[in-house]
Amino acid sequence: MTTAGLLFMLISVGGVTALFVWCLYKVLTGTKPADHLAHIEPVEQADIEKR
Amino acid sequence: MTQKKTEAWSSKIGVIMAVAGSAVGLGNFLRFPGLVADQETGGGAFLIAYFISLLVVGLPICWVEWTLGRFGGTQGFNSSPGIFHAIIRKPWGKYLGLLGFIIPVGVYFYYVVIESWCLGYAWQSFSGALDLGKDPAAYAAHFAQTTGIKADGTVLGFTAPFLFFIGVFILNFVIIYRGLSKGIEFICNWGMPLLIIIALVLLVRVLTLGTPDPTKPELSVWNGLGYMWNPHDIAKGLSNPAVWLKAASQIFFTLSVGFGVIITYASYLKKNDDVVLSGLTATAANEFCEVGLGGLITVPAAFAFLGASAVAGGTFALGFNVLPQVFASMPYGHLFGGLFFTLLFIAAITSSLSMLQPGIAFLEEGLGLDRRGSVALLGLVTAVGCTLVVWFSEGLMALSTVDFWIGDIGIFLQGTLLIYVFNFAFGTERGWTEAHHGADIRIPRVFKFVIRWVSPAFLTAIFAMFVLKNVAGWNFSLSTPLFTPTEHILDLVGGPGHPASGVAQLTAFFLLLFTLFSALLIQRAGKRWNAR
Repeated sequence: MTTAGLLFMLISVGGVTALFVWCLYKVLTGTKPADHLAHIEPVEQADIEKR
Repeated sequence: MTQKKTEAWSSKIGVIMAVAGSAVGLGNFLRFPGLVADQETGGGAFLIAYFISLLVVGLPICWVEWTLGRFGGTQGFNSSPGIFHAIIRKPWGKYLGLLGFIIPVGVYFYYVVIESWCLGYAWQSFSGALDLGKDPAAYAAHFAQTTGIKADGTVLGFTAPFLFFIGVFILNFVIIYRGLSKGIEFICNWGMPLLIIIALVLLVRVLTLGTPDPTKPELSVWNGLGYMWNPHDIAKGLSNPAVWLKAASQIFFTLSVGFGVIITYASYLKKNDDVVLSGLTATAANEFCEVGLGGLITVPAAFAFLGASAVAGGTFALGFNVLPQVFASMPYGHLFGGLFFTLLFIAAITSSLSMLQPGIAFLEEGLGLDRRGSVALLGLVTAVGCTLVVWFSEGLMALSTVDFWIGDIGIFLQGTLLIYVFNFAFGTERGWTEAHHGADIRIPRVFKFVIRWVSPAFLTAIFAMFVLKNVAGWNFSLSTPLFTPTEHILDLVGGPGHPASGVAQLTAFFLLLFTLFSALLIQRAGKRWNAR
């Protein structure tokens, strides 16, 4: 195998594997993107207790 | 009219597994490696075209299908005709969903037959019956006996291949009868992890093969990987339309986009369920199985034992002729061979189940049938179609006719239709907003432009190229273009030195009748939906 072949293989296989692992991590941890929460003002501990 | 209680997925990971199960099929482990290893149209140029196609066609249409499907579900529809009816709201709208019913059911006609070959080969591998020595002719003869490729009607009767076919056919309907969650989701939740584990076991086995025959040091796994992944002349490859056509087609078929399956599966989601991350994860799972696993197992193993000539024979030849020889040549080959064909069987059954659900969904909501009735009617229709494929097995003529007109042309048409409906009937802006309802991640904004302009243009160009190549027989030359009718056309109408095939004509006539029958059912369903 040539160096170029090795690079093609590593980038292709590594790329799809990394994407798959990242997706699984996001699905299993259920993280929502920050902009969904952007409209919520920061809440102080005191405010939480008051509520 | 009382609304029936609709089905639903029991978990987010369940629907992702189901869509990934639908997408991961025989093509991931047999077709893709063969395409990359092709010394003329494969290599680095193919991979570049493949990943570009993934970004401009695969992912966008996948998100479009998930979005339209979930929208249709919120309107109370689960089938393609119903969902198009809900989107377009014109009397003709529901007919645009016709292909979303015909394609999965039509592809099932032959896919379940191939699935039964996989189960048969797995059984014979484990039992040692597939160890036929070193003579390639013995494996070719075994394949011919399994498929009935030498003469029509030879598989029917009390033969092992026919019994496997009957068993697999019944198994599919038993699972589908159990419903979406208890049937499809249950099988995919177990099947997909099992498939990945088996593939990893096989991958370790292949990568540790080294040089199986020390007297032939050039035949090694390392050289096999090189044979497959070395890039060749990239500039020359990228200027070849055939490379783009093969890459885009593979992306299209491997992701099951335009199949009518994703749109139906997504329709069982709730309004605020995520579709963006789910669609991306299902796509990533398929790509991992195709590039990360399929790309490292079959071709390097075949090369290490049999050399380059063994690799260049097409999907069926690689899977059912070459690989059994490879497994027969390695220690514990019956075990690894059995595992490999079990992997193919799992990949196939998770796909074939997905082909039945769109039909079930349409019969239930279009004709008001209950589960039992819809399973019985679909069972009858598919039994007729499958019998045609099993009976007319000589040269696999019926199989290849259905595959070409439904599995190739139909899928391209449906995919193109989907992207146009999303942009021009549903509206790109509205669709973009709809896709992000409840989304766990945001789609990069550049994809809005891609979905609006690039995907339709790219897809239209690829579809035109596909028709020019496979129907009109274009030689891919712009300077001296030549058009000679392809085999698929000659089989139907005949030509000099190529008489028309009665089986191809009969199969095409059957497909036409099936299409008309489906259109009539959709008309009847439309009356029912209007009354709603």
